[in-house]
Amino acid sequence: MAAEQTATGYIQHHLQNLAYGKLPAGYTRADGTVLSESTWTIAHSSQEAADMGFWAVHLDTLGWSIGLGMIFCFLFARAAKKATAGVPTGFQSFVEVIVDFIDKTVKDTFPHRNSMVAPMALTIFVWVFLMNLMDLVPVDWLPMAYAQGVSALTGADPHHVYFKVVPTTDLNATLGMALAVFALMIFFSVKEKGLVGFVKELTLHPFHSGKWYIDIFLIPFNFLLEAVSLIAKPVSLGLRLFGNLYAGEMIFILIAIVFGVGVLGFIGAGLLQMGWAIFHILVITLQAFVFMVLTTVYMAMAHDREDEHAHDH
Amino acid sequence: MNINLTLIGQSITFLAFVWFCWKFVWPALLGVMQEREQKIATGLQEAERAEKDLELAQRKAVEQLKEAKAQAAEIIDGANKRANQIVDEAKEAARSEGDRLKAAAQAEIEQEVNRAKEQLRSRIAALSVAGAEKILSVNIDAKAHDDMIEKLAAEL
Repeated sequence: MAAEQTATGYIQHHLQNLAYGKLPAGYTRADGTVLSESTWTIAHSSQEAADMGFWAVHLDTLGWSIGLGMIFCFLFARAAKKATAGVPTGFQSFVEVIVDFIDKTVKDTFPHRNSMVAPMALTIFVWVFLMNLMDLVPVDWLPMAYAQGVSALTGADPHHVYFKVVPTTDLNATLGMALAVFALMIFFSVKEKGLVGFVKELTLHPFHSGKWYIDIFLIPFNFLLEAVSLIAKPVSLGLRLFGNLYAGEMIFILIAIVFGVGVLGFIGAGLLQMGWAIFHILVITLQAFVFMVLTTVYMAMAHDREDEHAHDH
Repeated sequence: MNINLTLIGQSITFLAFVWFCWKFVWPALLGVMQEREQKIATGLQEAERAEKDLELAQRKAVEQLKEAKAQAAEIIDGANKRANQIVDEAKEAARSEGDRLKAAAQAEIEQEVNRAKEQLRSRIAALSVAGAEKILSVNIDAKAHDDMIEKLAAEL
């Protein structure tokens, strides 16, 4: 924590993503300059990032998530390429333990035939875990290094350089994945049951009398209930991961503030950070697992046929 | 905390990674693992079969050993019997040979005795004739007394 910053400023700085977007003409920037025409630029303050609206990207979130995803793909693809049916050694056995674990979990929760679900579960588990793992890197290291590097290269004020390292503490990332899962849910629902079957599922459950003249009046209620429960799935999926990691990150930031409070504070914060980090190892693994299992369960629900579905009620 | 294009970017990234894993990672790894599982299963099966075979072979070996022992005992028994027989036969042969020799010797002895008796008889006849001649101082017609001398000699 830099001495000239307030605690609030420090926290806010840590919670702001590296946003790249368009600022309109005549916009007064953080340093007081006024833009003569609309410009694509990197936000220099939280206000600027907010003013960019929807048409902006978080370069740090995308950069880290894509980078970590590529590490996952590279490592696993290399293991897959080198894998032999003989005695597995080293990294191969490690990868196989994970694959076996995912395969068993998916088989337990997903009884249908779809070759995509298990690899998706593997991707989610490892990728989300890697993204969460960035939370264990001390909160200041990478943002500080990045800010110092940028200011050394461009002369920018390091306090206006934002950099978040943990993609899963960005709601965009978690909701983005949840949205993709949602799209797949609808895709497989329609594919398995047909459009009519899917609409029937949304309108004829859970209230169903068997007489069409009563059912017609039940349709709005059914649709309301089913739509809410359908939409609640991706939203809760994304928010759960985000909430857990955001809260964890926040606590790391708060502990980091305590480091500046005297010798006692330094020692206390060190112990606290260690304790929280150890506990957090559990949290990040668990959250990656939960995201994976729920995705698999939602896929299974999407594959459930209407007649099977009826048995549940 | 702004919702922006990152959302869409993350969705696309997610699907891209899922696709990559689906196409290039999962099938290869699972294939290898299933192949190994198969290998292990066959290996275990073969081990079990080999164990069974071993047990069978051991049982067979024990049986054969027993049989061999019995055969050996039989052979030894036979050999012993044969040996006894040979000894008996040899004894028998020796005894009969001895008997035969004894008989032959006895026969010879008897022959010798008879011959000696014959000689003696003839000598006695001559001697007695000569003695009687001397006693009587007369010639005795040997022919005339032949019968008497014969009888005398036979009495010897």
